[in-house]
Amino acid sequence: MRLDIRLPIGALFAVLGTLLAGYGLAGGPALAQRSLGLDIDLWWGLVMLAFGALMLWLAWRAGRRSRGGPSQ
Amino acid sequence: MHPRAIDWVIMGVYFAFVLGIGAALKRTTRTSTDFFLSGRSIPAWITGLAFISANLGAQEVIGMAASGAKYGMATSQFYWIGAIPAMVFLGVFMMPFYYGSRARSVPEYLRLRFDEKTRTLNAVSFAIMTVFSSGISLYAMALLLKLLLGWDFGTSVALSALIVLVYIFLGGLTSAIYNEVLQFFLIVFGFAPLTLLGLRDIGGWHGLVAGLETVSVSRGFSPHAWLSTWSVMGSPKDNPMGVEWLGMVMGLGFVLSFGYWCTDFLVVQRALAADSMDAARRTPLIAAVPKMLFPFLVILPGMIAIAATVHGGAGGLHLPHKADGSLNYDMVIPLMLGRYFPSGMLGLGLTALMASFMTGMAGNVTAFNTVWTYDIYQAHIVPRASDHHYLVVGRIATAAGIGLSIGAAYLTSRFSDIMDLLQLLFAFVNAPLFATFLLGMFWKRASGHGAFAGLIGGTAAAALHQGLTIPTGAQPGIKGGWIAVLHHYPSLMAQNLWTAIWAFTACFLVTVLVSLATRAREERALVGLVYSLTQRQRSAGQPWYARPAVLGAFVLLGALALNLLFW
Repeated sequence: MRLDIRLPIGALFAVLGTLLAGYGLAGGPALAQRSLGLDIDLWWGLVMLAFGALMLWLAWRAGRRSRGGPSQ
Repeated sequence: MHPRAIDWVIMGVYFAFVLGIGAALKRTTRTSTDFFLSGRSIPAWITGLAFISANLGAQEVIGMAASGAKYGMATSQFYWIGAIPAMVFLGVFMMPFYYGSRARSVPEYLRLRFDEKTRTLNAVSFAIMTVFSSGISLYAMALLLKLLLGWDFGTSVALSALIVLVYIFLGGLTSAIYNEVLQFFLIVFGFAPLTLLGLRDIGGWHGLVAGLETVSVSRGFSPHAWLSTWSVMGSPKDNPMGVEWLGMVMGLGFVLSFGYWCTDFLVVQRALAADSMDAARRTPLIAAVPKMLFPFLVILPGMIAIAATVHGGAGGLHLPHKADGSLNYDMVIPLMLGRYFPSGMLGLGLTALMASFMTGMAGNVTAFNTVWTYDIYQAHIVPRASDHHYLVVGRIATAAGIGLSIGAAYLTSRFSDIMDLLQLLFAFVNAPLFATFLLGMFWKRASGHGAFAGLIGGTAAAALHQGLTIPTGAQPGIKGGWIAVLHHYPSLMAQNLWTAIWAFTACFLVTVLVSLATRAREERALVGLVYSLTQRQRSAGQPWYARPAVLGAFVLLGALALNLLFW
């Protein structure tokens, strides 16, 4: 079977989200000056991480279902 | 702009994924159908996202933001009247013939419906066009990277061409499509915070409206000129585009957008990769949903930037001037990236920008290698070889196409007029195309001689019209009037729209007249290619709401609502 595209999308966004959120958390308020006092790295990183996790979950669910059903 | 380590890490992670996808797909790319058409096996939501993503190159992102600043809300005409109706038409009415005829490319449909010469004319002009578009994409990216990051022009060109080459070479169209979907999400996540932060900075929607009213009045228009679409289209004098509603509806809404979305193989190829007829028909309809909402992602930043520049506010955001003193609208996105994104987000934004340049290039390259292999090489050079032979030719064509793109990029950097000249020639060749397809699909009497003569006639009419008219204030030359000046248009855009209308009309009339004078093909040969001779598609086993016609109606209602909301 061909690669399920949700796997690389999910993995990419989970990795990028974690990197961003971690950097935002460590950077403190000085980093947020540019983005109007909002720690955009932290918050947007978390949004991306959540999206990545959702994609990975969808891929995992589809993978489990196709293994249960008729194989391709 | 000074990216830090975290920004480079983000870029690095993204490109590692891009190449990884290519490598992972190599195993499943065994036949030429796998390579050129993804084995016709991709679900509709993926082809749908790839369908818009292939069109969402960086020139689109940067250009639409620039138009947002230059023309305001009216720029969304390119989406709400200029793309959505054509995409619905493609899905509901035309896809059954493209997908159902098993044509492997748009030119091949012309071969099946008309004859070899019509196909070859279309294939050759399309192949040249894709190579140059891809080269222009490469050129624009290298120029931007040089400006923003101080990268060497040659290094940028070589590096991005190499990345695109590797992933298409390995995984063919599937690789291109997967990366387009990846890039779609990257653009949304990379640019949405830009709009959100910009809006917050300028004082929300009300702040933006106040700023744009100042912009409109300062340029001598009514206060809502930058905020409306149709209400300022009554006369060319009332809006910054210098276009009236008829030219907008006929030129952009009908001729140009149907010509692009319904006949350009670059986008149609994505739908042909779908796993079933229903999925192919749903591809442009699914694509239309995010497409409708893109103005908020790509046009709004331009509107924020111009409001801040003219009205003030938004933390001193100010568009730079060009050498001739006019505002440099193309800098909207780079300027806002630098202003609002701290390290980290900056890496994400730059990655999204680079990714969109590369998919813009990859889309052209995958369309080029298919048309070259099937419509030129197999049709005229080596007709009956093994499937493996064509797979190898396709991979060589990929490398050659990218090599030619690099050449085109250097040519463009050496002679800047070449870009304008080429875009003009493309416009002449493309403008009449939709008339040929419309008659081909819906009038069984249209003949091969008619189609061929119509295309030539339409292109000639476009050149003639452009040579005889000129936008007000321009010098005769590449902007028009190179034969004689018979008519002045209020703006370049108005002239372009009317050139397209003339080309379409000429192609339509010539095709009809020549077809009536020549013999039509027998009806048996046209089954599955012409509307009246093809059985209607029954979407068996589909719930009512998933039927293409129903989906299409919902999409049109959505577009109508947006038009009314921003009337």
